[in-house]
Amino acid sequence: MIAHLRLEIEKLKKQTLSLSAIVEKSLWMAMRTVLEKDSVTARKVIESDSVIDKMEVEIEEECLKILALHQPVAVDLRFIVATLKMNNDLERIGDLAVNIAERGLYLAEMESCVLPFDFTEMAEKVQAMLKKSLDSLVNLDAKLAREVAAADDEIDDLHRKNYELTRQLIETQAVNAVCSIHGLSISRYLERIADLADNISEDVIYMVDGEIVRHKSQFETLAKNSDEK
Amino acid sequence: MNSDKIKMATKDMSFFYGDYKALNEISLEFAANRVTALIGPSGCGKSTYLRTLNRMNDIIPDSKVVGNVQLDGVDIYAKDVDVVDVRRRVGMVFQKPNPFPKSIFNDVAYGLRVNGIKNKGELQGRVEKSLKAAALWEEVKDRLGESALGLSGGQQQRLCIARAMAVEPEVLLMDEPASALDPIATQKIEELIIELKDRFTIIIVTHNMQQAARVSDYTAFFYLGKLIEMDATENIFTRPKLKQTEDYITGRFG
Repeated sequence: MIAHLRLEIEKLKKQTLSLSAIVEKSLWMAMRTVLEKDSVTARKVIESDSVIDKMEVEIEEECLKILALHQPVAVDLRFIVATLKMNNDLERIGDLAVNIAERGLYLAEMESCVLPFDFTEMAEKVQAMLKKSLDSLVNLDAKLAREVAAADDEIDDLHRKNYELTRQLIETQAVNAVCSIHGLSISRYLERIADLADNISEDVIYMVDGEIVRHKSQFETLAKNSDEK
Repeated sequence: MNSDKIKMATKDMSFFYGDYKALNEISLEFAANRVTALIGPSGCGKSTYLRTLNRMNDIIPDSKVVGNVQLDGVDIYAKDVDVVDVRRRVGMVFQKPNPFPKSIFNDVAYGLRVNGIKNKGELQGRVEKSLKAAALWEEVKDRLGESALGLSGGQQQRLCIARAMAVEPEVLLMDEPASALDPIATQKIEELIIELKDRFTIIIVTHNMQQAARVSDYTAFFYLGKLIEMDATENIFTRPKLKQTEDYITGRFG
């Protein structure tokens, strides 16, 4: 019985790792379409989303099956719950990669479109963040997972700068507004992916240490304020 | 545990069978009107421990208790303590239902008569009250004069719980009370345990970890005669502090 649960959990772990690998690759390809105006790759990203969706459903079914049949507790329970949540986040990242690829496709077809900002740095940082959160999952490394949150602030700053720049450019009519809006959307998608990578790392921390770190500073501030009252 | 009143406690309590130290300096506190589950692999000492709480081990030759077992702060092994009184205040339900070969009524009334209650009206009232509390009244009220041995296993166990409750103990010890029962009877016993904690402090030994998770407020994990970890049940089953506990409850050993 228990050995059986071990096998099921190992299988689930492998499925989740394959999904992570595909999602990571999908994001990488999506950014190529933007940076290199590559419409062929863009279409590949859009088409491959159904693979991600299918895997997401399979992983969820596997989790539900384990919960119903084995009633796992402690670390096993945390593993299943964290997997259910990460599975969702990974699928969302896949969708956002598709959104990026769709914008990339548009830009590739609009030769005259010049993006108002260079995405190289932001793309590299978001991909590194996603890689780190997925590495922390592979190695069940809570310490590495805790590093991800810090990088999220940097991405938020970059996105804010891009927003400001777009606003100025549109206001001064310095660039084509439609191109700028596409650019800003890509920035926004990357920022969302960084948030989801952050969520994944939080779930890894929960899985390994049993500690819920989400919204922690917020709760501490609330507690502090109510103490002072 | 912080805000709960402590009903029973052991302090650095060890138990010996001859030279063999079966329990190793166990310090545990039991909150009043709460259910505490004792879990651990066979031979870990959890049943031996349970039996020290109402001096059931007294009858084992060459055995001894070192340390302290307190009921409302008083050492139940102190010289001036009446063991019969301890066992009235700390009742016990066993793994296998053990009804007396008597009628259902007399089974439940037995302890009351031993305690000197002879008034027929009072006996009837208390038997009915106990059977109702044990969720058995509706099933047996028309055949109180029939033999208790004719009841099903699940009914017999509820009868034993009614018998234990009839003398109005303060603490109920249960040694795997549902392990010999089918799932439906088990469910009834579990529901009963949760209802009864309003009136008693309950300490239950169980091999069924899901059962411990379902019915108890606190869980204590025993291993090789030692208390390894004690915490709120939800903590033990979601994020135990010690790896040994986690390994046991997730079936990695034991």
